[in-house]
Amino acid sequence: MLTLLQSHPLFAALVALLGLGLGFGAVLGYASVRFRTEGNPLVDQINQLLPQTQCGQCGHPGCKPYATAIAEGGAINKCPPGGQETIDALADLLDIEPQTLDAEHGEEKEPNVAYIREDECIGCTKCIQACPVDAILGAAKLMHTVIADECTGCDLCVEPCPVDCIDMLPRKGGIEHWRWDLPEPSENKSGVIATDRAAA
Amino acid sequence: MNTVFNMHGGIHPKEEKHLSNPGTVLDAGLPPSLVLPLSQHIGKPSSLCVAPGDHVLGGQLLAEADGMVSVPLHAPTSGTVVAIEPRPVPHPSALNNLCLQLECDGQDRWIEFAGCEDWRVETPDSLISRIRAAGVAGMGGAGFPTAVKLMARERLPLQTLIVNGTECEPYITADDTLMQVDAAGIVEGAQILAYILGVKQILLAVEDNKPAALEAMQKAAEAGGDDCKVMTFPTKYPSGGEKQLIEILTGKQVPAGGLPADLGIVCQNPGTAVAARDAVCFGKPLTDRIVTLTGRALTRPGNYRSRLGTPIEYLLTVAGFDPTQNRRLIHGGPMMGFALESAAVPIIKTTNCILVPTEQELPTPPDAQACIRCGLCAEACPASLLPQQLYWYARAKDQEQLERHHLADCIECGACSWVCPSHIPLVQYYRAAKGMMRESKTEKIRSDRSRDRFEARQERLERETLAREAQRAARRAAAEQKAAEGGANDPVAAAIARAKAKKESPSDEGADS
Repeated sequence: MLTLLQSHPLFAALVALLGLGLGFGAVLGYASVRFRTEGNPLVDQINQLLPQTQCGQCGHPGCKPYATAIAEGGAINKCPPGGQETIDALADLLDIEPQTLDAEHGEEKEPNVAYIREDECIGCTKCIQACPVDAILGAAKLMHTVIADECTGCDLCVEPCPVDCIDMLPRKGGIEHWRWDLPEPSENKSGVIATDRAAA
Repeated sequence: MNTVFNMHGGIHPKEEKHLSNPGTVLDAGLPPSLVLPLSQHIGKPSSLCVAPGDHVLGGQLLAEADGMVSVPLHAPTSGTVVAIEPRPVPHPSALNNLCLQLECDGQDRWIEFAGCEDWRVETPDSLISRIRAAGVAGMGGAGFPTAVKLMARERLPLQTLIVNGTECEPYITADDTLMQVDAAGIVEGAQILAYILGVKQILLAVEDNKPAALEAMQKAAEAGGDDCKVMTFPTKYPSGGEKQLIEILTGKQVPAGGLPADLGIVCQNPGTAVAARDAVCFGKPLTDRIVTLTGRALTRPGNYRSRLGTPIEYLLTVAGFDPTQNRRLIHGGPMMGFALESAAVPIIKTTNCILVPTEQELPTPPDAQACIRCGLCAEACPASLLPQQLYWYARAKDQEQLERHHLADCIECGACSWVCPSHIPLVQYYRAAKGMMRESKTEKIRSDRSRDRFEARQERLERETLAREAQRAARRAAAEQKAAEGGANDPVAAAIARAKAKKESPSDEGADS
């Protein structure tokens, strides 16, 4: 065998390449089984950027299904709660052009929190079944209430309520949610040079 | 006399401290009514324990601490609680917050206080609870509950207490005045705090532009004992920043994102030390403080001992306010303070200064121009940050880069804005960017939790469906099995058989019954 290889360099090269190919193929094959990623990592990355309101305004039953749809090439501008910020972040992640929010699915608004007018609640449990994050507490024929910290403000409980006792109130009203605004960049307002301003 | 180090950056703005005549405390008097916000500190607002219509005496508890990081609130005089409702409070947002209005009865009657005779025999824990019960919160400006700060001793070994009498911001002389009139109280308060913290060394830090205060503190420190040492160092803004002062006194830097306690140091304001002394020795709650009323639009500027809740408009009248001269009111100093929308807000535990400047004195900043990348801001920054880069990233809302450039270490001292030749309001950008980052962090936590809850619910629903299906299948299987076992066990077949039997022999029925 050895003498055969020595006398036929072409043959020896072929054998060597074949051996290398088999060796690396085995390593890759093992790695693909051993280090297999569960699920689609892109879906998870997209899901991380979505606001997790689970409101279904995009037409999908929750944020994860919408993330799956985006990963399969769906439009990225169907999420009103996330607004432009989420669209920009998604465009950045997927390396595509940012778009404006599709008005068909609703418009961007301040986050809300559901509030049950407890005197009027009849204890029908319909809102409990509608809540996507189990943020409503109560039992049949007993008063229900919203765990405000867990409520995503998705509006899904409003529709099923037979006595219309659920209000959506703004979540960020008080002084503790206040924050400074970015100053308006004033290069746009006035000339760059002081004399420009004097002339204006 | 002592070795001090230099801090990074810093500026020398005009001091204007002589205006308010440091060293004399004037009495602001008793206004007809007081407005007491329930949130005068960092942490949860105090929770009310009086109702409208109640008559209270001075020093009586109005609202108690709600949870760990909170402080109680006491009545600054006797009177009647007339309203509990949202009112404008001293806050840059100019929003309303829950306040208690106390109509003063003018008699100024107080409850009896009980202090402890000798604090050296008490346990640190009992002293902490006395300080906590007196509603003491950091009086330098931040308003962090003092009792919580003192609990640092349980987590980390501490060596040094620094009493921060630097007061580096222009115009303000409240601490300067306090050091001149009650140096002994500050030293005793510091000794109490040092005893609680279990530290052996007390550094009393005074900037060299306050010679009278320095002298008074030196005398008091000599009388106080060996553990106190007065340190003085050249005037420079913002040497009174906690981290800057530590660098000046020890040459060590507090790590990014860390606390002074990581270096074994705790800083306290002189006003806080006196409030702690009053709480421990006399049992007296925090109900008043020294406020510097200053600026050239006042005819009688000075340091006024004011009860908490005193409306600023009342104080302005006392200090001889000239409305024709003034265009804006500033809560705090000219560097770090914020403009107030109206004078109808009260003073709170953290109000050290009300600045009432004339237009010539503190002109409206001109429009910002483009950044020319001169780099003066980076030289002035006491935290060794790159203000220019932070400015661009704040405008672009690039949170990743802001974090990488350590925006969180910005102390918002305003030195960068002060030196900027283009008049860019840099600190405004950083404040806005910090708010933005804080908000997106809380939103992220929120959305993560929502995702977990959504997924848990999906899982539960799936489990329930499976369980129902399994149950149905089991029932069907059981029924089939019974059917297969034959008519004997099948209730329907048995009933049919019984009916048949009945029909065939009606005579049996009579015998049965």
